[in-house]
Amino acid sequence: MALPPLDSPQWQTSFRAFLWGARSIGATVLTLVLFATYLGIGALAHDSGFSLGWTLASTAFVWAGPAQIIVITTLGSGATVLQSAIAVTVSAIRLFPMVVSVLPLMRTEQTKRRHLILVAHLTAVTLWVECYRFLPQVPRNRRIAFIHGLGLGLVSVCLIANTIGYALAANLTPLLAAGMLMLTPLAFLFSTARNCRELADVIALVLGLLLFPLAAMLNSGVDILVSGVAAGTIAYAVHRARAGIVRARA
Amino acid sequence: MTGFIGDWHALAILFVAGVIPNQIWRMLGLWFGGGIDENSELLVWVRAVATAILAGIIAQIVVQPPGALASVPDWLRYSAVAAGFVAFMLARKTIFAGVIVGEVVVIAGKYWLG
Repeated sequence: MALPPLDSPQWQTSFRAFLWGARSIGATVLTLVLFATYLGIGALAHDSGFSLGWTLASTAFVWAGPAQIIVITTLGSGATVLQSAIAVTVSAIRLFPMVVSVLPLMRTEQTKRRHLILVAHLTAVTLWVECYRFLPQVPRNRRIAFIHGLGLGLVSVCLIANTIGYALAANLTPLLAAGMLMLTPLAFLFSTARNCRELADVIALVLGLLLFPLAAMLNSGVDILVSGVAAGTIAYAVHRARAGIVRARA
Repeated sequence: MTGFIGDWHALAILFVAGVIPNQIWRMLGLWFGGGIDENSELLVWVRAVATAILAGIIAQIVVQPPGALASVPDWLRYSAVAAGFVAFMLARKTIFAGVIVGEVVVIAGKYWLG
């Protein structure tokens, strides 16, 4: 699907721009990846004993796959609310740089902060990637409407996927139910691997996978947090050491 | 509609444990975003920790599987991830190739084991 040229009358109203944004969900394979992920989250929530309404509320109000999976797996396995909240908030720090980098793309002189609240809420890894791809093709004064359309379109797709996954987990044979639960780790692993830009990201991913089983032996209730901070800090240290070597040679 | 929502207590916990701790970072980005350098050292560390936490979640589901996934033997779950990763790399980092191959290994393997 091609967007209309920047000077097209199609961009004259915000409503049209919103519709073009919503239609653009059909123009990205990431929509399929999100669909698979949220199918898995629906199944995971079902098997962890949460209601469908609870699952849909988590998608609409949290709108961050990793945070949703942390809440489901930690609460489902008996962690306290505080332990879950800490793990979620650490996983969500990554949203801060995403929001910071995305908002300047759509700000104009007339833009007030409150106009950007919904954009900030919709910002997650998929939208963040797509902003860089789509926004250069959208007139600046229509970008907020476009992103509202794109973001709310993606949320709708995920709510549908949640409902299907939840219903399937209740009715599928154990064989296919197991297959659906496997969608979440696979989709996350490969989309994270794809997003790795620097050595620090690769080390963090690999060490994070390897250290979790060790941290799980501590049975601290915040095992994910322990392995995550340890692996991430080691990755950062390697990044610093390498930067130091490069600087020393130069 | 009690079946759809379940108990309201769980919904309240969702907001305290999930919505607020997650949303706070987006709103901080909205409020204080202007003055922060996207490539600062602090953000490199934050990104590394966030990636490692995500990796931990992936590992948790595979190592301590929930519900129906627990009926799949350990070695088969690990093989599925490994096969998916090989496909992902061979297909020049196509996410879908990795997911499909991993799924085929889990489902075919489990079907074959009975």
